[in-house]
Amino acid sequence: MTFTGFLFQALNGLSTASGLFFIAVGLSLIFGVTRIVNIAHGSLYMLGTYIAYTFATRIGGALGFWGGIVATAILVGVIGALIEVVLLRRIYRAPELFQLLATFALVLIINDATLWLWGPEDLLGPRAPGLRGAIEVLGRQLPSYDLFLIVIGPLVLLALHFTLAGTRFGRLVRAATQDREMVGALGVNQAMLFTAVFALGAGLAGFGGALQVAREPANLATDLTAISDAFVVVVVGGMGSISGAYLAAVIIAEVKAICIGIGVVDFGFGSVNFSKLTLVAEFLVMAVVLIARPYGLLGRAQAVVRSIAEPEEPLRPATPALKALGAVVLALLLCLPLLAQSSPYLLILGIDVLIAVIFAASLHFIMGPGGMHSFGHAAYFGLGAYGAALLVKGLAVPMGLALVAAPLVALAGALLFGWFAVRLSGVYLAMLTLAFAQIVWATVFQWEELTGGSNGVIGVWPPPPFDRTSVYFLLTLALAVIAVLLLRRLLFAPFGYAMRAGRDSALRAEAIGIDVKRVHWLGFAVAGAVCGVAGGLFAFAKGSISPETIHINRSIDGLVMVLLGGIQTLSGPIVGASVFATLQDTVMRQTEYWRALLGLIILLLVLAFPQGIAGALAALWRRVKP
Amino acid sequence: MSDAMLAVDSLSAWYGAARILYDLSFEVGRGEVVGLMGRNGAGKSTTLKAVMGLIAERQGTVRFNGGDISGLKPFEIARRGLGYTPEDRRIFSDLTVMENLDVGRQPERRFADGWPAPAWTPEKLFALFPNLAEMPDRLGDRMSGGEQQMLTVARTLMGNPLLVLLDEPSEGVAPLIVEQMANTIVALKKDGLSVLLCEQNIHFARLVSDRVYVLEKGQIHWQGSMAQLDANQDVQRAYLTV
Amino acid sequence: MSVLEVRSLSKAFGGVRAVSEVSFAIGQGQFLAMIGPNGAGKTTCFNIINGQLAPDSGDMLLAGKNIAGLQPRAIWRLGVGRTFQVAATFGSMTVVENVQMALISHAGEIYRLWRPAASRHREAALALLEQVGMRQAADRPSRELAYGDVKRVELAIALANEPRLLLMDEPTAGMGAGERHDLIALVKRLVVERGISVLFTEHSMDVVFAFADRIIVLARGRLIADGDAAAIRDNAQVREVYFGTGKTFAGAVS
Repeated sequence: MTFTGFLFQALNGLSTASGLFFIAVGLSLIFGVTRIVNIAHGSLYMLGTYIAYTFATRIGGALGFWGGIVATAILVGVIGALIEVVLLRRIYRAPELFQLLATFALVLIINDATLWLWGPEDLLGPRAPGLRGAIEVLGRQLPSYDLFLIVIGPLVLLALHFTLAGTRFGRLVRAATQDREMVGALGVNQAMLFTAVFALGAGLAGFGGALQVAREPANLATDLTAISDAFVVVVVGGMGSISGAYLAAVIIAEVKAICIGIGVVDFGFGSVNFSKLTLVAEFLVMAVVLIARPYGLLGRAQAVVRSIAEPEEPLRPATPALKALGAVVLALLLCLPLLAQSSPYLLILGIDVLIAVIFAASLHFIMGPGGMHSFGHAAYFGLGAYGAALLVKGLAVPMGLALVAAPLVALAGALLFGWFAVRLSGVYLAMLTLAFAQIVWATVFQWEELTGGSNGVIGVWPPPPFDRTSVYFLLTLALAVIAVLLLRRLLFAPFGYAMRAGRDSALRAEAIGIDVKRVHWLGFAVAGAVCGVAGGLFAFAKGSISPETIHINRSIDGLVMVLLGGIQTLSGPIVGASVFATLQDTVMRQTEYWRALLGLIILLLVLAFPQGIAGALAALWRRVKP
Repeated sequence: MSDAMLAVDSLSAWYGAARILYDLSFEVGRGEVVGLMGRNGAGKSTTLKAVMGLIAERQGTVRFNGGDISGLKPFEIARRGLGYTPEDRRIFSDLTVMENLDVGRQPERRFADGWPAPAWTPEKLFALFPNLAEMPDRLGDRMSGGEQQMLTVARTLMGNPLLVLLDEPSEGVAPLIVEQMANTIVALKKDGLSVLLCEQNIHFARLVSDRVYVLEKGQIHWQGSMAQLDANQDVQRAYLTV
Repeated sequence: MSVLEVRSLSKAFGGVRAVSEVSFAIGQGQFLAMIGPNGAGKTTCFNIINGQLAPDSGDMLLAGKNIAGLQPRAIWRLGVGRTFQVAATFGSMTVVENVQMALISHAGEIYRLWRPAASRHREAALALLEQVGMRQAADRPSRELAYGDVKRVELAIALANEPRLLLMDEPTAGMGAGERHDLIALVKRLVVERGISVLFTEHSMDVVFAFADRIIVLARGRLIADGDAAAIRDNAQVREVYFGTGKTFAGAVS
């Protein structure tokens, strides 16, 4: 690439950076004040593009386009305010994890609502009236609209900066970012302040989405790609920093633009297509920043990490009654192949449930005792599944070996990602793990030569005798029992205690010689490896694996399973996974709008039990007790 | 006494399942400094938080400046003229001294009888706390603990309160700063403000308090004037020291 | 011979010198109090000694070995125990498990994966709890304890690695007058029995004057006085920057 070509590509990157900035800065502002990471922020961005499309095509002309963009920003701001008043206001005191789940439920609902309103097709808006042309820059044609985008980003940055630094509203926002309760005790109406900030953040996202209408088609997958991009930007720039958001947006967008600009390069020994490496480059940037500055380029270490943990009972060994119950359940499961002769579907459901149990138990291992709320556990499921499937299809290894390799592939991924993840905590960790999972998903999706892209890998069937459902069920049962007992053993061993010690008080743990990061890193790796077993079993059970099955939704399914069962008990994930997998296989497959249905279930769960199910039971007990 | 600035009747409060306060009743008169004393965990801080509306699970009646504030939200209570300075200071560490003061700013107000309450400006507060005058643009987290303690009181005064809830101003600061705090409270009293003060340090309470309520396990066990408490070694031994 | 010798310790934050050329030593079995106004650099000094901060310059010799800049974990392994200003225990564990955790770490068994933790070092842990008077609460969840009892458990945890030096950051913060004396008296007894040296910070002058063998005073990052209680009481500079007239605490300055 020539030097001028390089510069031109850099300009391109700047115009993309503005869009990234609008969504990331809103996310950051909202988090600062409300302490809620709004996963639905990408959905608001996506809505912005759709609404602006409608304005631009229905009204048309300059008014429909430019007026539509402004109206979209306001409209999305109003939607944001409604969300805050109707939903979020009820869950400010709920555990962090529930807040994240509630906003994810919004993602599901908004996505299905958009599908219902606008249909599944991509919608390409008109070009911007007045800015249809291009101007010559460095001997190439740069669309005037891109130039407009390049300018508007920094303008909004300046306006926000002035508002926060120079106005009373800004001072109140900054004060509330540090201590909401104290701001209230000084006579400031927090509720109004929160709604205003949420509307502002939502409006910015809507504005950013609306601006894209002339560049890219409105697309139903935008919500999750936008939010993961925003997470990366916020993690790199530093949560709560407006300038950091812009700086990081520029860096990320530039790295991507330049990768695309470089294109295919022949190194003599082989050629590398850099335009396919944008995700890897993004990951590398994030990795470097997190090593050098764990709280982002312009971020600051969080002074107080809010303790959200419900009081947890000490671990007690299983009582004889519990052991007996376990034995009975196991015996019943062993008899299932006999019962299932009349209804073979029962065994398929059984396999699904057992795979879900392994998945949920491994997630619980790091979420509960480790205190690490991973929003990207699907990554290790996917690594295990693809690892096993590709070995079978590509290298024709036998199933046994593939099932051994599955956890090893997942382990490698968990060791790599976990190394970064344990350097953060709370919502930062949630965002980072979600971004990692999105990277795994996108890599699988893009790397068609290896993974078959969106078609996935098919024909991954187990060899005899495992091709009989009953035998495969018994194999799955055996592995599930081993996995659950192994994880349990580890939790009672010094290693599991050290993990909990690090969660309860990292400061104290370090002061008695425990390397908390290392312990949590190894815990993360163990969970990833066990999860890989679930992935491998899944590939052979279904005979195929596709990007769809390792999408973010699977990570969220895992969280719902763990919460359903109760995060503080070791048997919780088993119960939760069983209930959820059964529901999923029977009820949710009946409707096209299953996403919205799942979203509503999550919201119900969160609103009915804002203190967690365990908290709700404790409150109930208090009322019943005389 | 219906003319008390603050009249609390049967105040109870809970943290989750745990009941912390049991039917507390007490009053603070206009221009009076009242001490709430007792050991750690006796419920002193909880009492202030419950009066301020910062504890959701509470019962009882709280009347302030002639109006009922029992069910109000903290910001509504603050707007009635009740100031609150927490024990852990909680200044906004990313904001400068001037910005911290601005967040506390509220309109001027009057007592129920129409008499104007003292109206504070940063200039007047800098006269009261000369240390702060030297650092108007300093960020909160660059200040020492003693300076933060002064800022948190000054920030509360910016709201032109009629009564200040002051939680352990002597805890964790050097003896010299403790003395300055005592002088400040005496000055506020001269201006006609009331103060409800949580305190463990009897040497400090002695310098400023008119009357004292002694708390133990969320209940009031003794009340009387400061002079009476000073003379009563039994009460001191039973509830304050050993 | 000194257990810990601190030489010309300095640390600046963003150009502001928090600790400047501080030197002192703690003798074997000595009970040394570090006092001074807020912002004098006590906490910074403390966090350098326990490894949470690395000094810009200066040495810290622990029984002759320089520990400046080591991680807290490493310093703990060399025999330095500590307690925190806000007592911290592992809330999801029982009292005895808290102490067992420290013993497991001391024995290098953190990464053991099989034999349950609850069966390891239980007797030794109970013995330590006995010494701080908490044996009867051994199997209660530690989060249920009253604050004063949490401080005692913390002390048992700090003693688990048989330290030669104990660092206590405002050990009596948040405690009533009676509890304060009980706790410090307990610490004093244990360290005398075991020959441990103690460095502690404290704002309660009653405690300092009653128990400290020696007192050092920091102000604006510098060491301004070093001596016994009588010498510190009579030091004019200390009175000016720290004590004031002394009417806000008992045992007033003469």
